[in-house]
Amino acid sequence: MAFIEINGLHKWFGSFHVLRGITNQVEQGEVLVICGPSGSGKSTLIRCVNRLEEYQKGTIFFDGRDIHDPGMDVNSLRAEIGIVFQQFNLYPHLSVLKNVTLAPTKVRGVPRAEAEEMGLALLERVGIHDQAHKYPAELSGGQQQRVAIARALAMKPKCMLFDEPTSALDPEMINEVLNVMKDLARDGMTMLCVTHEMGFAREVADRVIFMDAGEVLEEAPPLEFFTNPTHERTKLFLKEIL
Amino acid sequence: MRWDIVYNNLDYLLWGSFPNGPLGGIAASIMLAVLGIFGAFWLGLGFGLMRLSNSRILRAVAMVYVEVIRGTPLLMLIFWFYFLGPVVFNYNLPEFQSALMAFVVFTGAFVAEIVRAGVNALPGGQMEAARGAGLTRFQAMRYVILPQALRNMIPSFVNQFVSLTKDTSLAYIIGVNELTKAATQINNREVVAPAEIFLAIAVLYFLICWVLTAFSRRMERHLARYQARGR
Amino acid sequence: MGYQFDWSLVLTGEYRDWLLDGFVLTLKISALAGVCALALGTLVAVMRLSRVKPLEWLSLAFTEFFRNTPLLVQIFFWYFGSEAFLPKAVNVWLYKQDFEFAAGTIALTVYSSAFIAEELRSGVFSIPKNQLEASRATGLNFLQAYRYVILPQAFRIVIPPLISQLLNLLKNSSLVMTIGVMELTYQARQVESFTFHGFEAFTVATLLYLAVSLSVSFAITMYNKHFLHQLRY
Ligand SMILES: Nc1ncnc2c1ncn2[C@@H]1O[C@H](COP(=O)(O)OP(=O)(O)OP(=O)(O)O)[C@@H](O)[C@H]1O
Ligand SMILES: [Mg+2]
Repeated sequence: MAFIEINGLHKWFGSFHVLRGITNQVEQGEVLVICGPSGSGKSTLIRCVNRLEEYQKGTIFFDGRDIHDPGMDVNSLRAEIGIVFQQFNLYPHLSVLKNVTLAPTKVRGVPRAEAEEMGLALLERVGIHDQAHKYPAELSGGQQQRVAIARALAMKPKCMLFDEPTSALDPEMINEVLNVMKDLARDGMTMLCVTHEMGFAREVADRVIFMDAGEVLEEAPPLEFFTNPTHERTKLFLKEIL
Repeated sequence: MRWDIVYNNLDYLLWGSFPNGPLGGIAASIMLAVLGIFGAFWLGLGFGLMRLSNSRILRAVAMVYVEVIRGTPLLMLIFWFYFLGPVVFNYNLPEFQSALMAFVVFTGAFVAEIVRAGVNALPGGQMEAARGAGLTRFQAMRYVILPQALRNMIPSFVNQFVSLTKDTSLAYIIGVNELTKAATQINNREVVAPAEIFLAIAVLYFLICWVLTAFSRRMERHLARYQARGR
Repeated sequence: MGYQFDWSLVLTGEYRDWLLDGFVLTLKISALAGVCALALGTLVAVMRLSRVKPLEWLSLAFTEFFRNTPLLVQIFFWYFGSEAFLPKAVNVWLYKQDFEFAAGTIALTVYSSAFIAEELRSGVFSIPKNQLEASRATGLNFLQAYRYVILPQAFRIVIPPLISQLLNLLKNSSLVMTIGVMELTYQARQVESFTFHGFEAFTVATLLYLAVSLSVSFAITMYNKHFLHQLRY
């Protein structure tokens, strides 16, 4: 069984059918890039993986366990899966370091000193340990997003979800975030990334999928995906964003 | 429970002894509130614009007015206008007019704050755009800023009117014939049904205030859709 | 102007003591009602946020009714009408206490708690939904997310409006003079009717109210300047 197995996934918002039978496998250490037009259900799909959204039909297995199993503790599932949002969503009332150490100390019971040491190391890894004691409002967008990545990594997740992490950023800040993500990918992190940064996809993705209206239309390794798309819709989409 | 007492006195609660005597009851309360909000609007608009003006003196005067009035209990103000004004400055005003003046001066301070906040809440670009098109500061205020700001302020004005409607009950303390006074008169006469009587007028006040509040909430939601955005 | 000012009348002796006693009672009834109103208001707000339908409705009815009826009517209701609906034992007990003070405190508590509950509710509501989501996503459970992320933010936002509600309570406490609680406004009236020097008495009373209001609202302004700017999303 693959590390993440999505089988025949359907989701409705009321009567609106957002996900129409998604099936996909992601292996450990694999980087999957998800792209597609606005409203196609990309965010909804990855949010299902850590149960920020509930789904009505189909199954998702994570590391061999059905995430919808009644015996499954949703909090410990989420602790194993990190997520980074488009709008950083940092806690404005806590310092950068506290943002990073909150979950490890409260969920895992890591002692404070240890958590802070680890937090500083993570901030170093994303290149902003000198800002550790500032508040989020004092940082630039790119810096905030890197804090958000450090915050997710602090739980030592087995997998990371990214939901358009660079699309709220000014152009000059996009690369600093992408570089952190590339490092992560090279270190062997399993990643599901919703992004339209095709340079990033080309460089580190193992596979790219194209979603439209709640379905996966196209799925291929990046080289093939960009040079030789089969679907008309994919071609059109690529033409627009490239 | 003696709801019949409320029922038998209902007309007195609604309009006092009108048309054979003076208007009273809830009709008088509403009249006080409507006249009060009307006066308070103009007074508050004046002071609100003073707070936004370039002149430091005007700003200071408006600020003192707003802070002092908002820091004083309304009842104090009513006493000032009813007992003290006449003694010190030698004039004579009936209860109704004294209370009305107190309401106007009191509510005006709150309206001034609403006006100031409403204008400040508009994106700064609006003033710049208007000045950029060659309007003077006054013209920009008059034709661009205020029409937008005032429209956005309608819900706050309605809320202020609701507060004022409740506050008109204080006029009873200096003897104005309005709903609360009508209730205490009936209570003194009938004695046996205080809970029923005061509950009944509470419901009357409530109906007016609640309908208006519901209206202002809808208005707020409606207005939220048509606002100029951005900085 | 036929009016002779006599400030020594209210700044010395018996009449000064009346006013000071009144001021102390004003502070006392406001503090007592304030503490009770914070407790009751929190309870009502929690009911509203509980996601238990009957509790939500009860809380909604409570806040809507008490916010939309005049305090003065509520004071009369508790004072004259409490016999009709409070249990007999409670009434007997209340009469043995200072009944005016008790009725006044109850009225002020209930009225203020409705406003406080609204402030608390909207404070919690004003925290963007994605804050809850972000904290749940790192594995915090619902209570932890509220305890460490939502409530600390809500608390900062809510402090200034809560304090101004308490100031309103202080000013509103002047209304309990109508049922004979001898607080500041009552005493000022008393001095007026004994000496016909109302101007001086009311000036002193007004200044006392203003002193409290203005210093507190100054403190709120400072708080807003220094602490609230952090909370930008
Ligand atoms: N909570 C919700 N309730 C109802 N409809 C929703 C909800 N969340 C999303 N939708 C709808 O589901 C569809 C898919 O949304 P989703 O956010 O997954 O799209 P997306 O592919 O991520 O788009 P974007 O590129 O704009 O982020 C959209 O049409 C959206 O309007
Ligand atoms: Mg999305």
